[in-house]
Amino acid sequence: MSGYKIIVLAKQVPDTRNVGKDAMKADGTINRAALPAIFNPEDLNALEQALRIKDQFPGTTVTILTMGPGRAAEIIREGMFRGADDGILLTDRAFAGSDTLATSYALAQTLKKIASFDLIIAGRQAIDGDTAQVGPQVAEKLGLPQVTYVEEIRSIENGKVTMKRRLERGVEVVRCPMPLVITVNGSAPDCRARNAKLLMRYKHAKTVSELQIANEDYMHLYNDRPYLNIKEWTVQDIDSNPEELGLAGSPTKVKKVDNVVLQAKEAKIITSSDEDINLLMRELIDSHTIG
Amino acid sequence: MANFYTDNKELKFHLTHPLMEKIVRLKERNFEEKDKYDYAPMDYEDAIDSFDQVLEVVGDICGNIIGPNAEGIDAEGPKVVDGHVVYASGTEKNIEALRKAGLMGMSLPRKYDGLNFPIVPYIMAADIVSRADAGFVNIWGLQDCAETINEFASEEQKAKYLPRVCAGETMAMDLTEPDAGSDLQAVQLKATWSEAKGTWLLNGVKRFITNGDGDISLVLARSEAGTKDGRGLSMYIYDKKNGGVTVRRIEHKMGIIGSPTCELVFKDAPAELVGSRKMGLIKYVMALMNGARLGIAAQSVGVSEAAYREALAYAKERMQFGKAIIRFPAVYEMLTTMKAKLDASRSLLYETARFVDMYKTYMHISEERKLDNEERDEMKKYQKLADLFTPLAKGISSEFCNQLAYEAVQIHGGSGFMKDYPVERIYRDARITSIYEGTTQLQVVAAIRGVTTGAYLAQIREYEAQKISPELESIRRTLIILTEEYEEAVAKVNDTNDAEFIDFHARRLVEMAGYIIMSYLLLTDTNRDSSFLRSTKTFVKFAKAQVKAHSEFIRSSSIDDLGSYKFELN
Repeated sequence: MSGYKIIVLAKQVPDTRNVGKDAMKADGTINRAALPAIFNPEDLNALEQALRIKDQFPGTTVTILTMGPGRAAEIIREGMFRGADDGILLTDRAFAGSDTLATSYALAQTLKKIASFDLIIAGRQAIDGDTAQVGPQVAEKLGLPQVTYVEEIRSIENGKVTMKRRLERGVEVVRCPMPLVITVNGSAPDCRARNAKLLMRYKHAKTVSELQIANEDYMHLYNDRPYLNIKEWTVQDIDSNPEELGLAGSPTKVKKVDNVVLQAKEAKIITSSDEDINLLMRELIDSHTIG
Repeated sequence: MANFYTDNKELKFHLTHPLMEKIVRLKERNFEEKDKYDYAPMDYEDAIDSFDQVLEVVGDICGNIIGPNAEGIDAEGPKVVDGHVVYASGTEKNIEALRKAGLMGMSLPRKYDGLNFPIVPYIMAADIVSRADAGFVNIWGLQDCAETINEFASEEQKAKYLPRVCAGETMAMDLTEPDAGSDLQAVQLKATWSEAKGTWLLNGVKRFITNGDGDISLVLARSEAGTKDGRGLSMYIYDKKNGGVTVRRIEHKMGIIGSPTCELVFKDAPAELVGSRKMGLIKYVMALMNGARLGIAAQSVGVSEAAYREALAYAKERMQFGKAIIRFPAVYEMLTTMKAKLDASRSLLYETARFVDMYKTYMHISEERKLDNEERDEMKKYQKLADLFTPLAKGISSEFCNQLAYEAVQIHGGSGFMKDYPVERIYRDARITSIYEGTTQLQVVAAIRGVTTGAYLAQIREYEAQKISPELESIRRTLIILTEEYEEAVAKVNDTNDAEFIDFHARRLVEMAGYIIMSYLLLTDTNRDSSFLRSTKTFVKFAKAQVKAHSEFIRSSSIDDLGSYKFELN
């Protein structure tokens, strides 16, 4: 067995746990500059599943594919620190303002370009949009089977993958032939931490754009160690129809984003006296909270 | 996402001490491995950046895995199944996380798959892990034993065992026995050479062995039949894969419950001799113990950090008499003094770690080539300082650790006595730090020579002569006066030429030296970063009161007084 070729679809997302008032731009898209950027949490669960396959099947390679601005190279490095072999940053102004349809189109065209792979693994959804559409759309566009809400990849045998899915009312174990698209649930195991040696090996990895402002003293590294060059692909590197890219290819328009803060306005102090507890019980029964 | 490294800016401060550049340059032999290993640093900045980023990984794992697992491990504990240890489930998860992160064998050379980190960042990782779980740090920290293999074992043994440690196998050092605790000369475990099997065989019992069922153990055994003292002891490597050792029981302990303390039975257990026969105790155990003592100092600092943080958080949030209790002088004084002792312990810890780094690195270089005169002098200087400071760091920081844990429970009031808050566990875990790897009393025995020979005083004079900014001058003046008091006290005790009288006052004298040294270290820190001023002022006040009290005790004491302390035994 010479291992599998796995592509992990990952996204750098604004940390929506810290949404401020300037979180949205006038055109209804997210103002990424105002929020700290993180590796989308469920994409980390997806990466862990890929790395477990790599642990089990020597020769397996894990490639991170991400679309985003230049700084999204950070999550490719982050993936490499945890065990991914390499990554592709798909970045171009032409992709700006993409909704899920335009994103999945660009990713699917990139995957066609990559051509050879056995598994595409993505997080179920990103915390900025919460749509859970990109993974399934990529599968549709590539004409591949898709298995969503995966919590565990149990085995790979004879070209077929057996997986456990976490559904609303229980679990389901399914088997599917490769190649396929898998989306991984947040209930799957957390991603392993960064590895010290990989961190030191890959910390200088950079895209061509990042190299423009890199430390001069280390320039020779990028010749001596080819793996330090993170692939940076633009719209020129894939075959695509401009009409289907970016804002032009995005039928979704965000009208408004509200920051909802849940607040309990009426606080009630209840002591441990029998009287207070009786009152509380009656109130809870009346409101059908209990009973 | 908690991170126990990035939330503690004092750590990075110590990581970037001015001496680090020299340490890194020596440790990396002027960066000669940069083209050989793709994870070796290119230059000093690159190395410090790597330490910083790797410690961030340690902080991440500690904040999100090891810290949260500590309570469950404390409740579950390890057990013995079929003569072997089964860790608590959380312990297994911790080991797995650290193994996958490549954080085993941090200080070992790259040719054995290690990270080749100096002692300072390794000890910093121990400091961070200890804050997360004081029991677990023992299992992880026993990778120290690999350093002893690296120093004294044959090339063949190094190549055989060290990569396994780096891959995540755990270690143990099997020294103590039922009748050989502090007095290791009494070790009886028998080592006999078997011609038939072509190996050494170990027979006997070891007791109080931390992680006794580890994969690779260093064992102190009597190789010279008929001898009774330390000169008949040799050091061996026992590989669990070969079998022959079973765990008879795990001790039921007050604290550090997750760390299995084992009683081991050796029955014809095959073992390899390390280095030369008869040097087991005299040379190798001494090196092993010094490393372990520095580890306990780190553990003490980490536990102190945990105690201080728990106490501070509780004092801010606990309302009594209509306000947060941190607003009461009785409480804020406790907290500020705790922080000062914590900062002072940490400064002493990293000063000691730097001394160890300098001398050990020169020692390893001397095996590769001849040192020039200047280098040899430096090696000797730092070896002396390391020997001088190690018992001080272990002794004082473990006592402070206990004091901090006590105060942290006190600040929690009745709640601190309950198992509902982490301080209850921290209090139990802290207790061992001033006992194992040599009690505080034995650290004083190791340190007192530094008092009587004037070695501490000479180092205090070095600190005194350092350049500091003018606004710190008044603090220095206070310390100069305290140093005079210390000198007087030393002279008075020394002049009696009475060994028992010196022993009687030894702890007082060692503490006086220690408090003055720690004050100077904080002063130096403040000179580099003014955020240490608060702790420096607080600690110097504490030191002044302590030094004066000790000096008064000594001034009013005479040899004749000893009689009223002694016990007559029939």
